[in-house]
Amino acid sequence: MHLKSPDDLERLRSQLIEERKAQEGKKGIVLCTGTGCRGAGALVVFDAFKKALGNKSATEFKTTCCHGFCERGPITIIEPEGIFYQRVTPEDVPRIIEETVKGGRVIEELLYQDPKTEEAIPAEKDIPFYKKQNRLVFGHNRLMDPTRIEDYLAVGGYQALVKALFSMSPEEIIAEVKRSGLRGRGGGGFLAGRKWESCRQAPGDVRYVICNCDEGDPGAYMDRSLMEGNPHSVLEGMIIGAYAIGAHDGYVYVRHEYPLAVENVGVAIEQAQKMGLLGENILGSGFDFTVTVSKGGGAFVAGESTALMASIEGYVAEPRAKHIHTVESGLWDRPTNLNNVETWANVPVIIEKGADWYSKIGTEGSKGTKIFSLVGKINNTGLIEVPMGMTLREIVYDIGGGIPDGKRFKAVQTGGPSGGCIPEELLDLPVDFDALTEAGSMMGSGGMIVMDESTCMVDVAKYFTNFLKDESCGKCTSCRDGTLRMYEVLDRITKGEGKEGDIELLEEIGWTTTEASLCALGGTAANPVLSTIRYFRDEYEAHIRDKRCPAGVCPALITYTIDPEACIACGRCKKECPTKAITGEKKVPHEIDQAKCIKCGTCKEVCPVDAVKVE
Amino acid sequence: MTSAQLEKILKRHDHQSSHVLAVLQDIQATENYLPRKTLEEVSQRLQVPFTQIYHLATFYRTFSLTPRGRHVVTVCTGTACHVKGAASILSTLERELKVRPGETTADKGYTLETVNCLGSCALAPLVVIDGAYHGRMLGTKVLSLLKGEKKGASKKS
Repeated sequence: MHLKSPDDLERLRSQLIEERKAQEGKKGIVLCTGTGCRGAGALVVFDAFKKALGNKSATEFKTTCCHGFCERGPITIIEPEGIFYQRVTPEDVPRIIEETVKGGRVIEELLYQDPKTEEAIPAEKDIPFYKKQNRLVFGHNRLMDPTRIEDYLAVGGYQALVKALFSMSPEEIIAEVKRSGLRGRGGGGFLAGRKWESCRQAPGDVRYVICNCDEGDPGAYMDRSLMEGNPHSVLEGMIIGAYAIGAHDGYVYVRHEYPLAVENVGVAIEQAQKMGLLGENILGSGFDFTVTVSKGGGAFVAGESTALMASIEGYVAEPRAKHIHTVESGLWDRPTNLNNVETWANVPVIIEKGADWYSKIGTEGSKGTKIFSLVGKINNTGLIEVPMGMTLREIVYDIGGGIPDGKRFKAVQTGGPSGGCIPEELLDLPVDFDALTEAGSMMGSGGMIVMDESTCMVDVAKYFTNFLKDESCGKCTSCRDGTLRMYEVLDRITKGEGKEGDIELLEEIGWTTTEASLCALGGTAANPVLSTIRYFRDEYEAHIRDKRCPAGVCPALITYTIDPEACIACGRCKKECPTKAITGEKKVPHEIDQAKCIKCGTCKEVCPVDAVKVE
Repeated sequence: MTSAQLEKILKRHDHQSSHVLAVLQDIQATENYLPRKTLEEVSQRLQVPFTQIYHLATFYRTFSLTPRGRHVVTVCTGTACHVKGAASILSTLERELKVRPGETTADKGYTLETVNCLGSCALAPLVVIDGAYHGRMLGTKVLSLLKGEKKGASKKS
């Protein structure tokens, strides 16, 4: 159906809502098939449901993308009660259909169990992981099949677009976005409204808008999940932005590692075009806008705005100096406004509910909510959306459920490879753009990697520096050589060859790299090193002076031994050891020959009684 | 790649020189690497300097200039996987396959690769073998996977 006016859209929407009302109260099955759940086997579960239900089933079976609680995937929700089944396998499917869908009984083993109270929780909304969240942007994922534009329309989709196109001037939209306090969610945290205004005011006839879905920060996947799960919300934001800025062409730049996001946004564009929500004369407003998808080639630096634009133009993704901003001269030297996925997805919310409503959420300097990917040594791995200003403690303990295996929290790393590590004493830090920067880290795109006592902070610094030395495009000497030299020093320290003065040397190289590099990659490349020195200097000193890795990570500084008291002489470690370093007979505690041991950790991994010790 | 196959790809991208990256991606997807002859042809057909194509092909991680193995083993080395032991899994695989990341075994059986993050952090540490995800990996588990004992679609671990 091609919609020619807002009335057409509203008629279609009412019809869709009516259809949905007829479904209300009836049994339905919702299966998450986002990338996280897919990895955990959701597609096999999908086939099992399809087979068990057959073609003529009256039960509605729907697939969605990410609900956020990836730790428990594949996730299945049974409507209308909203029963939350976790880690569902194909073998569970016949039971779910027989007992819950047909019989109305809840299968207790498939429910989420609150580790604190050991109580099984039937409804999704009562699970502690979800309780403290405010899922303003991410919440709709759960309700829609991303390949069906009808699902988006039924929850009020493209309402904000109508409001923007037919009752607001471009200037009014920009003023509203400015007043909302929305800051770019991609890392920089620049005020989105101000960026739009500069782009609109820049001289020239042709302008572009770009959606950055290059999300290169390891450990962050909120943009992918939004793009996979609710691509229309991103497109709606882009159309509103393009109208406000005066652009008629837009690009969505997606990492090639995100095939499902590429597919879903492609489908969404096609559907929106067919309906007249994209293309020429959108809803009869006279405004034209088209969107093209561009696939990235797998380079971290391509997420930087100027590098990304070079990549769309068909060049290597190398950043350029920004004395002339991209809002004035960006893609093909035209004024270009680039925002990331989450920023765009916030726009319809702001336009629909108004800046006053929106700016009540969050802190003084950071408005709205933020989606974080809470990963690493945490019980509830997943995507969370919380109001800006929530403390790290609430995030890690109340939502994240704390650290697994009773271990101690050590740090949380935010801001991606160029962010920093925040220690235990700052757990009560309210998380927003400014507080994180002040603590020596940054918001970045919202990755939060939790680390516990068995994480070595020098190794973490080395990991990020290694990443950045590989991903530095090499244009600026300070970044190309700075990251390399820092890596060499860190490598030396973790190999037990550190010497006095190494910490100071790292600080000096770090400072130079920060000050002398063109783009934000180089400008923040020293953060992992500097922030770990700032908060975990003692760990560096233990490596350098005592040749000891307190967390038991760095192979050159640790030894594996078998506790003879605990060893049950089962022979498993002896069998698995790749260098045959373990000796022992039946009923005789085993021993490790240190000369042969390559510290691969296999013995510790296979030991059934935890008799292998690391020191 | 035959000229006809290449023509199909070029047509898909409107013979536009600015779409050269997408063209290379399609060639990589079809051939599993970028054959030099094909790149020379792309250079001529799109009127893009060969040096620029070489620059692109060596800059982005997607591309390989040498043929890859029949099986591709990818270890996710994203931060979440790293803190959960990806490094030890990678070194186990290096030992077993006797190649370094980015290399292919002499018999062209396996290519070992790393990826910066697949955004499936709940499955950390993660290994992907020929597109199938194997989550919550351990060194011993990955070895038995390699030995073909548990091949097939990714299952819950």
